[in-house]
Amino acid sequence: MTINELQDEIIDEFSFFDDWMDRYEHIIYLGKKLPMIDPSAKTDEKLIKGCQSQVWLDAEEKDGKIHFTADSDAVITKGIVSLLIRILTNQPAKDIAEQELYFIDKIGLKEHLSPTRSNGLLSMVRQMKMYALKFS
Amino acid sequence: MRETSVASLDTKKIRADFPILSTEMNGKPLVFLDSGASSQKPNQVLKAMDDYYQTTHSNVHRGVYKLSQDATDLFEASRRTMQRFINAKHDHEVIFTRGTTEGINLVSNCFGRKFLKEGDEVLISAMEHHSNIVPWQMACEASGAILKVVPLNDLGELDFDAFDTLITEKTKIISIMHVSNSLGTINPIKEITRVAQSLNIPVLVDGAQACSHMKIDVQDLDVDFYVSSAHKMYGPTGMGFLYGKEEWLNKLPPYHGGGEMIETCSFEKTTYNVLPFKFEAGTPDIAGAIGMAAAADYILELGHERIARHEHELLEYATEKLSEIEGLKIIGNAKNKASVVSFIIEGTHPYDVGAILDKLGIAVRTGHHCTQPLMELLKLPGTVRASFGVYNTKEDIDVLVTGVKRAARMLT
Repeated sequence: MTINELQDEIIDEFSFFDDWMDRYEHIIYLGKKLPMIDPSAKTDEKLIKGCQSQVWLDAEEKDGKIHFTADSDAVITKGIVSLLIRILTNQPAKDIAEQELYFIDKIGLKEHLSPTRSNGLLSMVRQMKMYALKFS
Repeated sequence: MRETSVASLDTKKIRADFPILSTEMNGKPLVFLDSGASSQKPNQVLKAMDDYYQTTHSNVHRGVYKLSQDATDLFEASRRTMQRFINAKHDHEVIFTRGTTEGINLVSNCFGRKFLKEGDEVLISAMEHHSNIVPWQMACEASGAILKVVPLNDLGELDFDAFDTLITEKTKIISIMHVSNSLGTINPIKEITRVAQSLNIPVLVDGAQACSHMKIDVQDLDVDFYVSSAHKMYGPTGMGFLYGKEEWLNKLPPYHGGGEMIETCSFEKTTYNVLPFKFEAGTPDIAGAIGMAAAADYILELGHERIARHEHELLEYATEKLSEIEGLKIIGNAKNKASVVSFIIEGTHPYDVGAILDKLGIAVRTGHHCTQPLMELLKLPGTVRASFGVYNTKEDIDVLVTGVKRAARMLT
């Protein structure tokens, strides 16, 4: 599936939830399910420090596609990380660098990607795109 | 007993003074429990600032015309209000600043330039806000002085045994917070100044978290410098004050150059103005000073004793109710606390708790509260912090407790 097909799939998935509670419950569920990043990759080098929560991001390029794994110390952040990974991992570097991420706004979790939240997510997206840019 | 002779605060009437408190957040009635970060502003403050701009504004200390004189009178009357608010001996001991951070930077910079040299020591504590760490690190870096840190005990209080050993003949200044923004601990400033003054070591107190909660008497505390922010005491943002004992302010070199701080200026030599103008370069925040004074008047009118009692009741109630929640741990259990309750819930991250409370209309602070070294010491990624003001009620705390329970259920 392409990045946009995956974004639309997630938007569709979230459209079943009536209110923020259900959306948060689902995000928390996803956060708890997310496979942890390999502990050896949880180094300071891979750490994206936010004021509120922290994110670890590991990336590997293979045949023009980028494989991402990530983790966070906060479960809501981690749930959103898991959505970002689902959309962006194993996609062509060029697409990762160029595609706009519109799903977060559509599923009503936009505030978690705002700079005032300082949860490491915005920096993580930037780093994913910058990493991809090197190979696109 | 005097305690009971004082009527309690009429929170219903107080809440009507703060228009923002009847608004909603995320479709829920706003429950504002983040006054420690910045308090809300009553109509009295907003009106004082608005009136000034509508009727009196012009530059201060400059014009020969009446409007400028009126603005100057209001501005200087604000200084005298602040003098009364902290019981300073002279009005020229009150310097208007942009806030606590600027006040600390002013002292660390000017004091550092004149009095700090290689091998000297500056003493702070482990609970300090970044704003009372970094300016001193900068002063130490520039002078070769060393920063020493007083550790805390398990309750989150200063370790006085360590304090005694850390004060030496090398100690040139002590800079310490009055009330901890992360733990709520009230530090025994008088005990500190008693020791410090006997050794001729000046003491700066960061009063950002104290001014709205308790009576500040700088002469009784015998502090050399006291700094605070208007916005944490129901006044405007970008405004604050620095109190300094006259002798110290006269000894320090000026901070910023230009405008008001000059007596005579030539290309060869400039002489500096007297206190307080020596430290007030450029056109000041006139409306800010007027707003801060209106906030001080607002607090004085409610009465420190009543405020302290009301907030102490809230603190005790919140501590009791929150402690009943399974897995919840209060961070900071000092015997003397003011208006702050910091906590964590086992197995949850403060960010997640804060994000859920936000959706419930509850404004709390989460994270390290600009005290990263303290959080590292406590081995925590941060805490959830509820902090109270005069407008908060037990109902606010009930909403918080219900919200925290819900967050805990969702997250664990």
